[in-house]
Amino acid sequence: MAIIIDYDAGNLRSVQRACREVGLEAAITADPDAVRRADRIIFPGVGAAGPAMRSIAARGIDAALREAIARGVPTLGICLGMQISLDYSEENDTTTLGLIPGRVRRFRFESRALKIPHMGWNEVRVTRPHPLLADVRPGDEFYFVHGYYPEPARPEEVFAVSDYEIEFASALGRDNYFGMQCHPEKSGRVGLSVLARFAEWNGTC
Amino acid sequence: MLSKRVIACLDVRDGRLAKSVRFVDTRDIGDPVEKAREYYLDGLDELVFYDITASSDRRRIMLDVVEAVAAQVFIPLSVGGGVRSVADATDLRLAGAEKINVNSAAVARPALIAECADAIGNQNVVLSMDVRSVEPSTTCPSGYEIVINGGRRPMGIDAIAWALEGERLGAGELVVNSIDADGTREGYAIDLTARVAEAVRIPVIASGGAGLPEHLYEVLTAGKADAALVASMVHYGDYRISGLKSYLHERGLKMRMSW
Repeated sequence: MAIIIDYDAGNLRSVQRACREVGLEAAITADPDAVRRADRIIFPGVGAAGPAMRSIAARGIDAALREAIARGVPTLGICLGMQISLDYSEENDTTTLGLIPGRVRRFRFESRALKIPHMGWNEVRVTRPHPLLADVRPGDEFYFVHGYYPEPARPEEVFAVSDYEIEFASALGRDNYFGMQCHPEKSGRVGLSVLARFAEWNGTC
Repeated sequence: MLSKRVIACLDVRDGRLAKSVRFVDTRDIGDPVEKAREYYLDGLDELVFYDITASSDRRRIMLDVVEAVAAQVFIPLSVGGGVRSVADATDLRLAGAEKINVNSAAVARPALIAECADAIGNQNVVLSMDVRSVEPSTTCPSGYEIVINGGRRPMGIDAIAWALEGERLGAGELVVNSIDADGTREGYAIDLTARVAEAVRIPVIASGGAGLPEHLYEVLTAGKADAALVASMVHYGDYRISGLKSYLHERGLKMRMSW
């Protein structure tokens, strides 16, 4: 059974609807046992890192998620759900799950021309082939909404980058874990292609 | 870098599509779900639904429309019209709206902006402002005044000051709708849009007056807007979303060109 983890981090039904569109039925759940039993996990979320980590810990989802990922369950992190897979986030000075070495930093711009959050459509440039990005072509854009960005420590765990004054990792992963900064569920055809690939992914890359 | 966005606005009355001309007379132009899907498949970047239903059971009808659209349109969906409380915003979000537009109710009670921002996140709260030009005065030094109730009621509030207040209270984005230009198809209010965009640091969506592709170009360059809202020019079939985007792309703007 595929699940979408609910930890009070925003509206998850858009993720569920987009999954349904590509034939993946996924239940929204906050139950750590459901996370342990799942054969496919989506870890979405918008909001702030501090409250998100507290909510996950309070529900015992952190331990369940670690176990599932260690067992090889294909897992997709989206936006905040991806960010808290790293070690640390500058947002609320938060220690996060540490599944992927690295940290999450805040966009800081001198220029008034660049707005924060980074919100809108931007190119996702694949830098390393990954099964979930197999249908992403040069020039394809995804929808982003975020004020913080991931900085993975290992270059080999970055699969795509995007530019917003600086270049940042917009897709990262390791083994059966894959995370995107953008929102595939709101990114039209190309976004749905990532979810469709995820629906059939065996967790190797 | 971010692409400029083309956003289609669908006015919905009693579950059907309507388009207002200078906010008076509206006429039915079809099924909102069908139209939304058509634009989505033609490269639309974002969709706005504005509920202009007057009936008391308005909310249920609108929630059904949002639900139906969200099941088949996978781009950001923004909904406004009659949002008066966090509960209204939350219901629309659960039905599938990404962003919530607040307008008149926020003018009457500005705390609504902050309450919605706390509940659903700043980035999902869009402050929609209806603006008319007036003689500059002590209450409206910019020469732009906020109006509500579909343009019928002047509020004696300066539009630039209101934009800044909205940003301070937590709005993540502004829609600047010129009621002078709305429905005329003679072009956006360039000066108004540019002045708001220069005053705030959140994205500005220009609204009202689009009739020709060059109007979009003008407001996305000279008007400093991040996004251009279109309505009648696409609803009646005069232009297509893909055609507008190709035109803007050819003129050198960064647009999302594959979908």
